[in-house]
Amino acid sequence: MREIIKDKQVVQDDWTLLRLQEGETAADVGIPAGKIIVPLQVWKAQRATIGSRSDVGVWLASDERPENLKDDVSAIPVIAVDFPKFTDGRGYSIAYNLRARLGYQGELRAIGDVLRDQLFYMQRVGFNAFATRPDRNIHDALKGLTDFSDVYQTSWDQKSPLFRRVARDQAGAQG
Amino acid sequence: MYRYDQYDHQIVKERVAQYSDQVRRRLSDELTEDEFRPLRLQNGLYMQRHAYMLRIAVPYGLLSSTQVRTFANIARKYDRGYGHFTTRQNIQFNWINLEDTPQILADLAAVEMHAIQTSGNCIRNITADEFSGVAADEIIDPRPYAEILRQWSTFHPEFAFLPRKFKIAINGALEDRAAIAVHDIGLSVIQNTDGEIGFRVMVGGGMGRTPILGSEIKSFLPWQHVMSYIEAIMRVYNQYGRRDNMYKSRIKILVKAIGIEEFSRQVEQEWADIKDGPSTLTIEELERVSAYFAPPAYESLPAHDAQFEQHKVDSKAFSNWLTRNVKPHKVPGYASVVLSLKKTGVPPGDATAEQIDFVADLADRYSFGEVRVTHEQNLVLADVKQAALFDLWQEAKAHGLATPNIGLLTDIICCPGGDFCSLANAKSIPIAEAIAERFDNLDFQHDIGEIELNISGCINACGHHHVGSIGVLGVDKDGSEWYQVSIGGAQGNDSAIGKIIGPSFSAHQMPEVIDRLLKVYVRERIEDERFVDTVKRLGVAPFKDHVYATQIKVGLLVGEDAYA
Repeated sequence: MREIIKDKQVVQDDWTLLRLQEGETAADVGIPAGKIIVPLQVWKAQRATIGSRSDVGVWLASDERPENLKDDVSAIPVIAVDFPKFTDGRGYSIAYNLRARLGYQGELRAIGDVLRDQLFYMQRVGFNAFATRPDRNIHDALKGLTDFSDVYQTSWDQKSPLFRRVARDQAGAQG
Repeated sequence: MYRYDQYDHQIVKERVAQYSDQVRRRLSDELTEDEFRPLRLQNGLYMQRHAYMLRIAVPYGLLSSTQVRTFANIARKYDRGYGHFTTRQNIQFNWINLEDTPQILADLAAVEMHAIQTSGNCIRNITADEFSGVAADEIIDPRPYAEILRQWSTFHPEFAFLPRKFKIAINGALEDRAAIAVHDIGLSVIQNTDGEIGFRVMVGGGMGRTPILGSEIKSFLPWQHVMSYIEAIMRVYNQYGRRDNMYKSRIKILVKAIGIEEFSRQVEQEWADIKDGPSTLTIEELERVSAYFAPPAYESLPAHDAQFEQHKVDSKAFSNWLTRNVKPHKVPGYASVVLSLKKTGVPPGDATAEQIDFVADLADRYSFGEVRVTHEQNLVLADVKQAALFDLWQEAKAHGLATPNIGLLTDIICCPGGDFCSLANAKSIPIAEAIAERFDNLDFQHDIGEIELNISGCINACGHHHVGSIGVLGVDKDGSEWYQVSIGGAQGNDSAIGKIIGPSFSAHQMPEVIDRLLKVYVRERIEDERFVDTVKRLGVAPFKDHVYATQIKVGLLVGEDAYA
């Protein structure tokens, strides 16, 4: 069992991630029993059989739309968003829209090229779980969640911008 | 000007700590260079040909004299005694050691500065009219909005890894001095017929390989919605902008591909979710930030000063400088002064530590302790008493900062080019220097009048060549450096993309090419027509005919050798 960061702690993770191998198709690939996160295409193709399972999660590629899960967000326990590389920022908007527009309340997990220096941003847009890259120290990555103690703008984590939350200095206050 | 409060200080301080730890992890190989690159770029640190270059943010081009002195210290302590002001109103240092960068950031934080988002595929430093707050033709001072957007965009969690860099400019005057048409988002602060304040929003402008002028996406956006509406634009771009080809990944390509109507529809759809939400700007916050930009304590002065008028008559040189380098001010008895960083023989935009300190000193003595950086790579003292102009001119002249060439041929916009930048195809500074040297005669320059010569060392167009009256682009042909020339580009209210005149030239041919273009202009111009107007009226053909009429010698001697 590998470790992930979930709700700001390093925990054991018992979910398996299914990626389609060469020759496998979304419609035909077998889904084993037990906690498993399947690609969106598999979910769409086999929803009739796996849709009722409470131990099946779904992952989105960075070019897939969260609206695909519009009717399912209340039933899916884990949605993961793949970051094929560090600099592909589409997953941030996918996460934000899953939470803000589609009202997803379950675990939202970042997978793929996930490293310490993205975590602060990721938790802000709605991720609460991080499958950080296994070749790096996960306890080191945890520190990325607390890089900043305050933020200017709204996102999923902070519904109110700084200027509405606190009394800020007026001109001349610095003397 | 805006001052940090405890929150701004805290965020910048935590940024220094975060970045310092990233550098530590890089130096101990916990981070690979590939992993470190996007992190250092978000902090303005580029690997150039010989060393690291550090770009420091100058929000909307505004600086206090204390901040300016810090630049001089950085230049002396960590660089080679000079800095380079950029077309995004920032400053960059070209000879930086990675190990020094955390301390440089700590030095900057102490004077309320940073290098956040000065590079990388994120929202960059927001630029504005350098004459904001003082221009005679200003409708609304754009700086409070620029500061509000600076804070909004700083570490925005969703938009740190966009398909490509993202540049926003704001203008609030009749004349567009912020080049808003060639920005990813260009905002003009306007007042509608009911007297309400808002923005005309343009999107999808840009230079680079595919120069495009921005399209209007909103004719009037009430001021309260500026953050939520830009957020909606960013969200559409972040999801749908191309990521497969870096030359097709700017927002302009997306807007062009799906059309402004469809793009606008998608933005409206995203906006519907967040419009009138908590990001809506409040009057209290607008007033709080605006108070930092309240006018300084101007004296009541007569509109004309007798001694000043006398100096004007007595000194042709002073009068030339006034014509070119001094701009009207909205308060009687005051003027704005442009200090030229385009002295012949010096790379455009460069200033020595000694000059930088001197400018800070001038600001304290003549202009309420403030300095502005222009996107044409000069410096501005915005609030100078007319009666003090003569003394200021003499002092500036003694320090090589009073070349009376603002808006003229030798006020060249130029990127660092192949001498420094690893992206460049060709050198740009030596071209600028050769041209400046050839046309150093000021009487000739004044006769030619307003003309913008812009030089970029590669297609990234940091030297804004597309919008130059004459634009020069360095290209690589079979491993050697060539220069493609376009004419008829313009920035401002009548923005236009220049047209290429024909096959490219070698470096040595460039001064002669410029000379031939100018000869056609002098021959064809009608009365006070500017170069760009003549090109507009006649088209490229007569210029092209003359430039290519006879072979231009490539073996001309340049520099000192030409005089040997």
